[in-house]
Amino acid sequence: MVGDMGYHFPHVFGNEAIICYLRSDSVVRWLPWIIGNIGLSAAQGILRIKASRKAGFVNWEFIMKYLPLYQKAAWLTVRIGLCGVALSVLIGLMCALVQHYRVPLLRQLTACYIELSRNTPLLIQLFFIYYGLPKLGIKTDAPSCGMAGLAFLGGGYMAEAFRSGIEAVDKAQMESAYSLGLDRWQTFFYVLLPQAVSISFPAFVANVIFLLKETSVFSAISLMDLMFTAKDLIGLYYQTVESLFLLVVFYLLILLPVSLAGTLLERRIRYAGFGV
Amino acid sequence: MPEEVLAIRHLKKNFGELTVLEDISFSVGEGEVIVIVGPSGCGKSTLLRCINGLEGIQGGEILLRGTPVPKKGKDLTKVRQKIGMVFQNYELFPHLNVLENILLAPMKVQKRTREDVKEEALAMLSRVGLESKAESFPRQLSGGQKQRVAIVRTLCMHPDILLFDEVTAALDPEMVREVLDVILGLAEDGKTMLIVTHEMQFARAVADRVIFLDNARICEEGTPELFFDKPKTERAREFLKTFSFQRKSRKRQEVS
Ligand SMILES: Nc1ncnc2c1ncn2[C@@H]1O[C@H](COP(=O)(O)OP(=O)(O)OP(=O)(O)O)[C@@H](O)[C@H]1O
Ligand SMILES: [Mg+2]
Repeated sequence: MVGDMGYHFPHVFGNEAIICYLRSDSVVRWLPWIIGNIGLSAAQGILRIKASRKAGFVNWEFIMKYLPLYQKAAWLTVRIGLCGVALSVLIGLMCALVQHYRVPLLRQLTACYIELSRNTPLLIQLFFIYYGLPKLGIKTDAPSCGMAGLAFLGGGYMAEAFRSGIEAVDKAQMESAYSLGLDRWQTFFYVLLPQAVSISFPAFVANVIFLLKETSVFSAISLMDLMFTAKDLIGLYYQTVESLFLLVVFYLLILLPVSLAGTLLERRIRYAGFGV
Repeated sequence: MPEEVLAIRHLKKNFGELTVLEDISFSVGEGEVIVIVGPSGCGKSTLLRCINGLEGIQGGEILLRGTPVPKKGKDLTKVRQKIGMVFQNYELFPHLNVLENILLAPMKVQKRTREDVKEEALAMLSRVGLESKAESFPRQLSGGQKQRVAIVRTLCMHPDILLFDEVTAALDPEMVREVLDVILGLAEDGKTMLIVTHEMQFARAVADRVIFLDNARICEEGTPELFFDKPKTERAREFLKTFSFQRKSRKRQEVS
């Protein structure tokens, strides 16, 4: 499309710079950069008009053309993201229980796991899974690796969220349940868990959003997710503004509903933990 | 001679170095109401918690209808159904409404049907004047109402004995009455109860027997009339004095 540009603008949008920026985990953190880019691109656009044929301020044609590509990528991001979150909830719950009930041996193991998963970057974890596992003879595809990586990272965070929720429930609540004749399992299921979940719910929502945003590093293991698509298009066509615009829009489309639903649910179950 | 519901023999309990209960022995007959009084920190709460298996014991034994209360596990869980406990801070489950709070244990533990327990629960709630609160959540109730719900919740398990641990201590004075009236009603019904309280007037009214605990031991034991009017030990006299108020000097001397 714009491949015929005879004129080369001194390029600040080199691939390294983009990768470097795009790894940051927050949509909000991209905003200043994006706004700056829009400014620069405006200047670029004016130069372009002079240099070759007439191009609009924002190339809508480009956006429409690559919308389906983004949709596909977003779907992949959502699928892997949700599976990863579901797995990390399972892992987190189990770790939190092991910690709470002080299961010997397993307790030290989960403690190590939690520290490891929380204190290493997802990118490194992904590399280990993606390049390391095949060396051990375990064959995996990129989507499974992404899911596993996300579950590994999320498990630690979820474990901490649930653990603090469980610890915040008053011991006397359990004693009250025991004195009514409930056994350990019933007490856990009917008394401890509902209260712990409602207490740790805000932290849980924050973790879900955090994990969904972390999916943006999947491109590093050549998963065709949103970030990969954007980087690809920028690399191919230099349509930086349009590519990033689509990227932000799609991430917002994924994350805003989660965030809103989280806030609504938080309000609904807020009281469950604080009644006495 | 009424049947013995609870018997405690030479009970000993310590937290590390600290001896909280030493050589405690007494028994509770069917339909008997025993009030335990004593200064703060003398081990009243600990005694009730030991009976319910919430604290381990270091010596002696606790017998419910002749069989020892197990130390832990499934057997303890089973026996706990027969020992009802009401706590100072109500300990209703905040995520369940009043009815669900009451239904939980009878349905899950005793496997009774929902309709069956619900009918009973509503009848009991109306007895304590809370039939309109069945759908309310604990946070929407006053302290006195919460405590009455907690009592109903315990009663619905049909325990052999009820343990009350300072159930009015967290309440505003005007709410104390409504809760104590419920307990008096239970005494009238012939329920077997072990009550820890600081309300001496109430203790006198409700008790068949008073046990005075001091320094980890049973210091004195007797009918409420004897204990409150003619305490035998100096300790008990000192203790009872803290509940009556007197000015040392009076400007206007009353004729007495
Ligand atoms: N879990 C515990 N660990 C260590 N010491 C404890 C524990 N629980 C209670 N104690 C101690 O045991 C003693 C008796 O406590 P307990 O709560 O039974 O007293 P109490 O008679 O109920 O007092 P109050 O009238 O203030 O409720 C106190 O000295 C207390 O400090
Ligand atoms: Mg106490």
